[in-house]
Amino acid sequence: MEKIKREKMMKKITGLVITTILVVFLLAGCGNTNSTGGTDISGSVATDGSTSMEKVIGALGEAFTAENPNVNFTYNPTGSGSGITAVSERRCDIGLSSRALKDEEKALGLTETVIAYDGIAIIVNSGNPVTSLSLEDIAKIYTGEITNWSKVGGDDAEIVLIGREAGSGTRDGFEAITGTKDVCQYRQELTSTGDVITTVSQNPNAIGYASLASVGDSVKAISVDGVTPSENTVKDGSYVVQRPFVLVTRTNDNLSFAAQTFFDYITSAEVSEIISNAGAVAIK
Amino acid sequence: MIKKHNQKQLIETLIHGIFLIFGLVAVGCVLLITVYLVISGIPAIREIGLFEFLFGTKWASTADNPSFGILPFILTSIYGTAGAIILGVPIGFFTAVYLAKAASPKIKAVIEPVVGLLAGIPSVVYGLVGMLVLVPVIRVIFNVPDGTSLLAAIIVLAIMILPSIIKVSVSAMEAVPKEYEDASLALGATPVETCFRVVVPAAKSGIAAAVVLGVGRAIGEAMAVMMVAGNVANMPSLFESVRFLTTAVASEMSYSSGLQRQALFSIALVLFLFIMLINASLNLLLKRSKEK
Repeated sequence: MEKIKREKMMKKITGLVITTILVVFLLAGCGNTNSTGGTDISGSVATDGSTSMEKVIGALGEAFTAENPNVNFTYNPTGSGSGITAVSERRCDIGLSSRALKDEEKALGLTETVIAYDGIAIIVNSGNPVTSLSLEDIAKIYTGEITNWSKVGGDDAEIVLIGREAGSGTRDGFEAITGTKDVCQYRQELTSTGDVITTVSQNPNAIGYASLASVGDSVKAISVDGVTPSENTVKDGSYVVQRPFVLVTRTNDNLSFAAQTFFDYITSAEVSEIISNAGAVAIK
Repeated sequence: MIKKHNQKQLIETLIHGIFLIFGLVAVGCVLLITVYLVISGIPAIREIGLFEFLFGTKWASTADNPSFGILPFILTSIYGTAGAIILGVPIGFFTAVYLAKAASPKIKAVIEPVVGLLAGIPSVVYGLVGMLVLVPVIRVIFNVPDGTSLLAAIIVLAIMILPSIIKVSVSAMEAVPKEYEDASLALGATPVETCFRVVVPAAKSGIAAAVVLGVGRAIGEAMAVMMVAGNVANMPSLFESVRFLTTAVASEMSYSSGLQRQALFSIALVLFLFIMLINASLNLLLKRSKEK
């Protein structure tokens, strides 16, 4: 009895040892391919800033680290203002801002590089006869000055204002462009682009805003000041409800090698597909 | 022999220890959450001021001049839960009475699993159906510009709490000894009288427990409510867009920072205290009714 038990035990132990050896070899093999992989760069790239750029920068960072696995890429979603401060205080390599730099910020020795544009579509229900609004009317509608569609050429019905939650980048962008920060009289504050689109498609009197790339056929994106939102009108600047996605760097400092490679990569034409997939309008 | 005995003893202690650890994990989680919530919830309340925080009527967390008053959320959560109980408890209670005492076995065999299924539906599905069906219906029936409202949330919550109320009440009533009923019937009471005068009073504490469960589920629900309530920090009113304590935390958490984020933790702390309070007071009620 004892003998059989011991033999079994031995078998188990041998198995375990063999497995361990195999695993060690496997891991060692991985390490080898990594270190002899050739093109890779090591180091870290720290980005900090706009929460609206989360998707774009996240996708870019992922694509970059997939090619350069030894680079430690970080993104700290703090908001455009904090990102600009962080880069000027040397707390990160590249600052991310979803607005153009102000002149006083440029005077601090910062340079902006636009990588993409984000168009915000103003959407209404497909059954709504209104097809165009001026930026001023949109602002009046959202501040509660205009409450009925008949005032802007629609049916006699109360306008239902759909917006995003406080802190959302799209809301921030929309309110900044229309000059309605903190005064919008929302009827609904939803937490995702998809929710906004669904709600607007459900309610004939609703108006909402959503990232241009996500708007499909279920709702109607209206023209603003006579310009239809599209990738081209966003790119040439004629569609005004848009904002740039900006990389902020220190003018007089060189980026680290890793950060420079990342910068070159995300400003190259090859990432335009990644940017469009992430919902923004690529510039190249 | 002695050696073997010792070995057995050792295994016993060992297993005892393992089970103890598993048990402590659950307790530890509760403690950890409590401590964490208190620690992260206090700073914002200190900064804003307790009175200002609890009784302020304006919530504008990202404004240039932010204000953090959560009275609208507190009242909405209370009204919403109360509404769901008012709508849901009678329906749940009578369904339970029917299932426990009146339904034929065939019908019961169909309805009980269906009720069970209702409990298994994820809350996001309730929210989706509410958003796509209930909200437009409310808009048309009540002729309001938008259907997202406290009413929509109450209806969704009432449906969501039905399964727990029905299931717990049914098992409470089925646990009432058959002799009670037989005695009542023998004394000349009708079946309906027997049911409501004998079975229901005997199952009182179980039914109260069902209501506790319902309250707990209703006040803690976030996802479904978020999709039908509109989430604007208005003072509660039946056809207005409202924000609950749960949805206040859930909707702003993802992009929040600084004092806003701390204030969200404070809201979570308030919600936590609410649930503790409700559970404790209803448990006390249960105990009292049992002692009587």
